[in-house]
Amino acid sequence: MPIDKRIGSAAQALADVGDGATVLISGFGGAGFPNLLIRALCERAAKDLTLVVNSATHRYSLTHELIEAGLVRKVVCSAARGRDKELSAFERLWVAGKIELVCLPQGTFAEAIRAGGAGIPAFYTPVGFGTELTQGKEVRRFEDRDYVLERAIRGDLALIRADTADLYGNLTFRHAQMNFSPAMATAAKLVVAEVRAVTETPIPPERVQLPGVYVDRVVTATE
Amino acid sequence: MQPLNRRQMAWRAAQDIEPGAVVNLGMGMPVHVADYLRPEADIFIHSENGVIGAGPVASPEQADPDLVDASSRRITLRPGASIVDSAWSFAMIRGGHIDVTILGAFEVAKNGDLANWDMRVPNKGPLVGGAMDLAVGARAVWVIMEHTTRKGGPRLVEACTLPLTGKACVTRVYTDLAVIEVGPAGFLVHEVLEGMTREELQTRSGAPLAYAPDCRPLAAPPLSYAE
Repeated sequence: MPIDKRIGSAAQALADVGDGATVLISGFGGAGFPNLLIRALCERAAKDLTLVVNSATHRYSLTHELIEAGLVRKVVCSAARGRDKELSAFERLWVAGKIELVCLPQGTFAEAIRAGGAGIPAFYTPVGFGTELTQGKEVRRFEDRDYVLERAIRGDLALIRADTADLYGNLTFRHAQMNFSPAMATAAKLVVAEVRAVTETPIPPERVQLPGVYVDRVVTATE
Repeated sequence: MQPLNRRQMAWRAAQDIEPGAVVNLGMGMPVHVADYLRPEADIFIHSENGVIGAGPVASPEQADPDLVDASSRRITLRPGASIVDSAWSFAMIRGGHIDVTILGAFEVAKNGDLANWDMRVPNKGPLVGGAMDLAVGARAVWVIMEHTTRKGGPRLVEACTLPLTGKACVTRVYTDLAVIEVGPAGFLVHEVLEGMTREELQTRSGAPLAYAPDCRPLAAPPLSYAE
């Protein structure tokens, strides 16, 4: 059977996601949110999820629907503040002690995922040394500078958004759509990409921004 | 003379950026620095989401939801721009490839400690974003902030009272009243608003101020403030 990673619907693509899964969700600032897949994950209604997502509260992402639906046990992110004075869905549950939160500097968040996908279990970074966010973490001095030991992040599932896929799952991105997708795709057992279009002609090798070896399933988003 | 308004503070900081520099601008006042860069300076604006060479904010016709900056604004690209993923973008920051970052702040201590990410608002979730990465990774960290809080308290302090973003990282502060270098000896004033005495500036500051021998008047062209 020749490789063809297309799958008919977002629901089918997520049919085997179970309770307790750690889910990596890409997107930043309105670019590259896999909102079709996030909605399908809501409908799948797997519980006790750990979300690894840059922002738990971004207004253009549907991540808040998973949180409001009570499906999320823990969030790992760099931003969890709602825009308004009124508390966001995340903040209400967090204040009530119903969601656990791990807040990381954004570059540490990205590097932890990259490391997770690159076979590196932990790494030393100078970022956050001496701040509340790294309290209790191991510190080591190299040359004349202090570094904090941060653990890599891996997940069961990554939901990413790209522009074009070919049948092999090779992906290209538009503009700033890429953000966390390449790192997240390396660090999860199952990677589902939602794309604007699938081309039956293979993407020219030097134009591939994320190799299909990292992508398991491709869903076309028709909006 | 009137204290500088927020546009004028951004203008003043923009004047000090070296031609050809790679610059990262924080949310709020710092993003306005981009409006006052001299075109011939050929500066590249880096944004944490992976854009190197951000151009002006897009017009409604140009706006593309896939092309945003770290403040979630829809932007354009300048000639020679490139786009990488987040892990690479932050490797660029930590690796010392950003010449200067200009950030907003709540407090700057005399040893260069920076507090700009958490005002301890009860029940609001944390938002650190890329602030800690920039504070540690950029080759120079400059701050634009009002000299005092809304209640009149100092923002230039002996030691930060709010949670730290980074230790001993800020080297220069642009306020509405002065331009201040932060070095081994603490705060050193390089420019101060014309007509403001040293005593007046000191009463608005929470740590001792020293003056550079060539301290000059702080001036900016009239620029109307609109967010």
